[in-house]
Amino acid sequence: MEIFGDWTLRVVALGAGLLGAVSGFLGSFAVLRRQSLLGDALSHAALPGIALAFLITGSKATVPILVGAAVTGWVGTLVVRLIVQRSRVPYDAALGLVLSVFFGLGLVLLTVIQKRPDAAQAGLETYLFGQAAALLRADVIVMAVVAAVVLLVLMLAWKEMKVLTFDRAYGESMGLPMARLDGLVTALLVVTIVLGLQTVGVVLMSAMIVAPGAAARQWTRRLGSMVTVAAGIGVAAGVSGAVLSSVVPRLPTGPTIVLILSGVVGMSLLMAPERGLVWRRLQLGRLRRRPRQEPVLMHLHALSLQHPDDPEHGHEVSVLRTMNPPDTDVEGALTALAERGLAGADGEGLWAPTELGRREAARTLARLDLEDAR
Amino acid sequence: MDAAVVPAVEVEDLTVAYTGSPVLWDLDLQIGPGTRTAIVGPNGAGKSTLIKAVMGLIEPVAGAVRIFGKPGREVRGSIAYVPQRATLEWDFPTDVLDVVTMGTYGRLGWFRRPGPSERAIAEAALEQIEMSSFAHRPIAQLSGGQQQRILLARALAQDAEIYLLDEPFQGVDAPTERAIVRVLDDLATAGRTVVVVHHDLQTVAEYFNHVALLNVRIIAAGPVATTFTEENLRLTFGGRVGVLAARAGSV
Repeated sequence: MEIFGDWTLRVVALGAGLLGAVSGFLGSFAVLRRQSLLGDALSHAALPGIALAFLITGSKATVPILVGAAVTGWVGTLVVRLIVQRSRVPYDAALGLVLSVFFGLGLVLLTVIQKRPDAAQAGLETYLFGQAAALLRADVIVMAVVAAVVLLVLMLAWKEMKVLTFDRAYGESMGLPMARLDGLVTALLVVTIVLGLQTVGVVLMSAMIVAPGAAARQWTRRLGSMVTVAAGIGVAAGVSGAVLSSVVPRLPTGPTIVLILSGVVGMSLLMAPERGLVWRRLQLGRLRRRPRQEPVLMHLHALSLQHPDDPEHGHEVSVLRTMNPPDTDVEGALTALAERGLAGADGEGLWAPTELGRREAARTLARLDLEDAR
Repeated sequence: MDAAVVPAVEVEDLTVAYTGSPVLWDLDLQIGPGTRTAIVGPNGAGKSTLIKAVMGLIEPVAGAVRIFGKPGREVRGSIAYVPQRATLEWDFPTDVLDVVTMGTYGRLGWFRRPGPSERAIAEAALEQIEMSSFAHRPIAQLSGGQQQRILLARALAQDAEIYLLDEPFQGVDAPTERAIVRVLDDLATAGRTVVVVHHDLQTVAEYFNHVALLNVRIIAAGPVATTFTEENLRLTFGGRVGVLAARAGSV
């Protein structure tokens, strides 16, 4: 029994990890292209396909169900494109329309199916939130193949992917096959989402796509590192979600993975260097608190010019205070200047600029002169 | 124009329409090699659309575009495009040099990655536009003028025959405007053809030697001296041209 449990966990963890990796790869580009909603619309548009496939085949076999999901998901993207091309409805509104109409249709079909007297339909609703425990070895193999294909495409067409994401029209102007690459990426996204339906379900799959990329963007400055970090986050969330839900009784895998991802995104938005809220707030505070050193250094320099024979002739802090507005933190500025080696005090607390400080001040003066001359 | 000279860009009977109403209507235009042409017209006149149609980014309803006498698709490498910087998403994780290196991608072809020689080309292009010190700056940290300059540097890295610029002077600082004008001068000296969608009527005569006045159709096209007249501007802009037309007409 324990061996069986371990084996199931291994399959589920592997499947969820692979799903996380692929989601991270493709999701990074979706996030950068402002197509986060596309995944959402796609996964919701898959629901009527699941129901239709069941109605047509009468079975819950995975393959026909996923084919149905892929077909309506794909039709969903076509409808979005059609709406954008043929009407004045903007892209995000078109996605919203497709998402709600297709999802609504799917729910209606599911309700119809559930009212049928036979018991064959039981369990179809697991596609709403996924049921990772039902993952089979074959599912994991398919997922590994998709991951390999995505990795291969990224490695071979890396520069094309970069141009497609940053400036598609420019790529087209150079004759790069942007339309074909876009079609390929969208197709891979559809496949990934469909595979994810078993694990995390229709409703939460879009979070799986968007979250790793959104979190990774916060920590990185290059596309390569962003995509790698996103895949890493996806794997970590997938595996840890699978393990957690196997340890804690009745904790569903899919929602657990998405919760972990949400935590990572939240932390990234807050804590990441340069882009995180907390970091920015600290930076702002540091700028505000830092005493303005430049005027004080200029005053020290001016005073030292009064003593050509002894440029390091010291002056009292009170002298400098009279030269500045009353709310100036003269001591703070002097301390900061001393830390930078631009000024120093002798044993009696008399301040003077150092050699370095005098040169720095002279440079600033020269720059100001130059600006005046313009 | 000398009949023996093959035009760099030749637009014939071009009609382009988005969802019904035409944006460009039965348009004819010839741009001679080595000229500097401003495309001028009111908002919605179809200026950007014309640029995109010349590049083959838009399928026209009717008409044809020829580049040095050939269909555009066959000579893609000979055109460099500088899009409006506002149409791009600048919060993209990469640095300046990497964006400029994109200019070499067209020549590289499938599967090949840019190497040291592509890097050198990009660095030279940055040098030309006076942005070398920004090579490793993340593009998310650039000002509008700096963004515009690296888009131009990217086009320079393409080493193309024809340069199509969509409103490069829109909202840039004075040093950037000067740097761009210098590059346009360099390109003209090198015999390249430059076509610029331009908004500022007052600088047309200073920066360009040819002008095409556009308002869905071509109102007039030719050398600035004979084409850029108050009468033609009025026909292009309608009554709205006002003071600007008077000033431009007096140039």
